[in-house]
Amino acid sequence: MIELQNVAMGYGGSELVAEMTLKLVPGSFHFLTGPSGAGKTSFLKLCYAEMLPSAGYLNLFGQDVRTMTRDDIAHVRQKIGVVHQDCQFLDHLPVAENVALPLTVTGRSVDGAELRELLSWVGLRAQAGALPPQLSGGERQRAALARAVMMSPEVIIADEPTGNLDWEMSLRLLSLLVELNRMGKTVVIATHDLNLIRQAKAQVSARVLRIANRRLHLAGADL
Amino acid sequence: MMRLTMFRADMSATDRVVPPSGHTANLTVLTSAAMAFLAVFALALSLASGRLADRWSEALARSATIRISAPPEQIEAQTKAVLDALSTTPGVESYRALDDAEMKKLLDPWFGPDLPVDSLPLPKLVELTETAQGMDTEGLRLRLAAEAPGAVLDDHTRWRRPLVAAAGRLRFLGWLSMILIGGAMAGMITLAAQAALAANGQVIRTLRLVGARDAFIAQAFVRRFTLRGLTGAAAGTVVAMIAIALLPATDEAGGFLTGLGFTGWGWLWPLFIPPLAALVAFGATRHAAFRMLKEVR
Repeated sequence: MIELQNVAMGYGGSELVAEMTLKLVPGSFHFLTGPSGAGKTSFLKLCYAEMLPSAGYLNLFGQDVRTMTRDDIAHVRQKIGVVHQDCQFLDHLPVAENVALPLTVTGRSVDGAELRELLSWVGLRAQAGALPPQLSGGERQRAALARAVMMSPEVIIADEPTGNLDWEMSLRLLSLLVELNRMGKTVVIATHDLNLIRQAKAQVSARVLRIANRRLHLAGADL
Repeated sequence: MMRLTMFRADMSATDRVVPPSGHTANLTVLTSAAMAFLAVFALALSLASGRLADRWSEALARSATIRISAPPEQIEAQTKAVLDALSTTPGVESYRALDDAEMKKLLDPWFGPDLPVDSLPLPKLVELTETAQGMDTEGLRLRLAAEAPGAVLDDHTRWRRPLVAAAGRLRFLGWLSMILIGGAMAGMITLAAQAALAANGQVIRTLRLVGARDAFIAQAFVRRFTLRGLTGAAAGTVVAMIAIALLPATDEAGGFLTGLGFTGWGWLWPLFIPPLAALVAFGATRHAAFRMLKEVR
């Protein structure tokens, strides 16, 4: 579904990471680690085509990203749920409408029962009518996760989803992501929280990728 | 309580993804209203000047007059000479000498009905009508000077030629004004749309992130600005039509100024302005939206 072959990426002509080769298979669970500024967020942006590789071959759901039109990219993003660190909500819409946004933009109607069930799953049923600025950090992350899975995507990408959360809330979010993985979703989480990775590895078969020295490594040793 | 009904994939859902409004909303409505108001007046000017040009053109083609001022004993002879000359002048469609009764009728407005026409040394008048090709006025003048020295060709319609040309130019300027008004409106709406798009950059990025196609995002803005353009233009058009309807009625004394307006079916013309304004708003916003969206991946 997402395949990189000798991919390089960078900004303004300078290469941030090079020679990245990776194939994300359905149902896999990956953590992405590395020091700040190593390129974790940029790597994730490659995975949902917000960035283009400066070299190499990147295939998203069977399509070479270089040949994709803007509509193709929009279509691919409907298969990828993204949870940003800053969540990126439409602040003028209630939580429920933000969660349903992936359906709204594709012109599909929302099943009210399903939406309520989803909000209950992330523990936000009571906050359905609240505006995003009224939510706490943990609530925002869970709302972002609910939005990411609204379209039942094949891949879920989370960029530092627990960065602003306390440990208890982080575990709660992790358990939701693990549950999604058990449902067959591919999960990629960028984080530098090693405790979170240890906690996850106790529950699922997670692989750890590390970006360091401008290269993507598959961490072999247990953490 | 969740308002699930608003999740329907209808136009209201599309509209709601963009925050309700900003200062650009009022700006767009006001601009459209002002432009439509001006456009209605420009249209009225064009139509009125068109009517004026037509009227003057018609009058121009109608007639000329030959005035014969001669001693009483020569007047009949010179009149006959003039009529003979006209009968052989190319470009003259018809001609006739006015009789005393017609002369009296012409002078009535100035001297009253009791004017003793018989006792006054009035000139004789010959009215003539040109063909569509027109006649050689200078040639006729020279011929009259030789054959009827007391005859003066009063080409009284010639002064209207520059007026007709002026009316034609006025009509052209009216249409040009409407084009310029449309262009200015498109420019202002483009700027307002760009401001709205820039102010909603984060919204657009979020929509792209969750899989929205450019057409969906553009639609939200285009629909909004089109409706604003239509609403403003409709208001401006109605106000302008009322203002024109309240202008003093056309009369001879008022001349051109009181003729500014619409007549008959002409009142339907301004009704085309709001849809045209909406079309301009649609095009301008769509262009601005798609250009801006190219910068957001």
